[in-house]
Amino acid sequence: MNIILRGLKNMSLNDFFSMGGYAVYVWSAYGISFIVLFLNIILAIRNEYKTLNEIKKRLQNNKK
Amino acid sequence: MYKWIHQFGSPKYFYDISIPLSKWIAIVCAISFIGGLYGGLVLAPADYQQGDSFRIIYLHVPAAWMSLFVYLVIAFSGAVSLIWHIKITDIIARASAPIGASFTFLALVTGAIWGKPMWGTYWVWDARLTSELILLFLYLGYIALQSAFSDKRIAARAGAILVLIGVINIPIIHYSVEWWSTLHQGPTISKLDKPSIHLTMLIPLLLMVLAFKTFYITTLLIRARSEILGYEYNSSWVKKYVIK
Amino acid sequence: MLEYINIFYVIFKRDLTLTFREKTDFINSLAFFIIIVLLFPLTFGSKSELLNTIIPGIIWISALLATCLSLETIFRSDFEDGSIEQLVLNRYPLILLVSAKILAHWITFGIPIIVISLTLGVILSLSNEIMMALFITLILGTPILSLLGSVMAVLTMGLHGSMLLSILILPLSMPVLIFSTIAIQNASLGLPIIAETYFLAGILILAITLAPIAAASALRIRLS
Repeated sequence: MNIILRGLKNMSLNDFFSMGGYAVYVWSAYGISFIVLFLNIILAIRNEYKTLNEIKKRLQNNKK
Repeated sequence: MYKWIHQFGSPKYFYDISIPLSKWIAIVCAISFIGGLYGGLVLAPADYQQGDSFRIIYLHVPAAWMSLFVYLVIAFSGAVSLIWHIKITDIIARASAPIGASFTFLALVTGAIWGKPMWGTYWVWDARLTSELILLFLYLGYIALQSAFSDKRIAARAGAILVLIGVINIPIIHYSVEWWSTLHQGPTISKLDKPSIHLTMLIPLLLMVLAFKTFYITTLLIRARSEILGYEYNSSWVKKYVIK
Repeated sequence: MLEYINIFYVIFKRDLTLTFREKTDFINSLAFFIIIVLLFPLTFGSKSELLNTIIPGIIWISALLATCLSLETIFRSDFEDGSIEQLVLNRYPLILLVSAKILAHWITFGIPIIVISLTLGVILSLSNEIMMALFITLILGTPILSLLGSVMAVLTMGLHGSMLLSILILPLSMPVLIFSTIAIQNASLGLPIIAETYFLAGILILAITLAPIAAASALRIRLS
């Protein structure tokens, strides 16, 4: 609770979004990073599901 | 102790423990991301010279450190794979490469975005930036080489040789700011001295490093699971597991 | 010991003979090199100031690209007719035989590139200091390219129609390119180039000792 109060004292919401005039740089950097990290983990999970489904399908085909 | 390490060589054992392990490490990752981002974006005071744009450090430094760390993991797995022919090291190396390439890309991009307000330019051909770019091309070449072979074992060992040749780049990147006079600033956190950065700025940085590291491990475990299934699709434990 | 020298010479002579028998590969990459370098005065006009400053770098980059082109041929014909496996399977150390092939490649491609670069330098009226720097960096750099490139050539042996060889070589040869161009710039300003020469010589020694080992193990991996 203390930490959140200290944070609110440090920076107002306006400051947070404008980042002292450097908003374009800071937020584009954070935005690109989040996109890349999300893509990484989502593609990994999708890959896993795809592989599992492929093996399942192949096993069922072999059984027939 | 050898028995414990020896068990890791079996893909089935690795698969079994990676499922709960990746869940726990993902939780640690989420917590440290939230803590690091809050500390970095809100709690840390603005730098008196750079203003608020210095907050890009909380992405740039962890991404750069992880790009080197992942390359060393791939190099080490490659060396183990060449010497002892252990399958799981092939899998770890192959799965880590795209993640390492993303980290290198992020380090370069966030560095360029940070450089524009700081140095006035997006890019400069100094030693550290150039060698980091070479690292990105090494990652991409490694991924391309792996996908060029249909036999995965040969692909893994050929890739291991490529990575071991390129490992000379890592000390060049790390020590380039000490050996040459570059535009990039020198090291602020070394292993033995007191860091030259203030504590309120340091703690979010360490939290973000932990966040990136656990992110790497989680994504690696997920990718490694898919690779193990790809390698072992004929074996009985996979058949039993899939049908369940 | 004598039989090692003999077998080295036998493989070396074999590669030289094969290259000169099939002159097309040999002429191809050298013609490519000359044409690229001559395209630049054609585009920029032969008297422009811009051209004079970048021409040594152009010569180096074209030498790099021509070497990439020529490296495809070291192991290609041997791989296609199966004699590469004879090289791996006999009782002589593979490192020795691979070194012989790499030396033959440098003699047939590296040395003509150096000679042609100096000729082109004379044609494009480069100053004496720049020609000296060009000569020193090329004579140290082209063996490095042959050595590193042959390891990449082994790794990508027989993969048809992919630019993978060039994609793998170019990042690894960036340090060589960087040091050579710094040396040439220093020479054009009249500064000493001994530091870059030491760096290039160091990379060359590292490559001579380690590249044949890497190429030999890569050959064993590819043919397993």
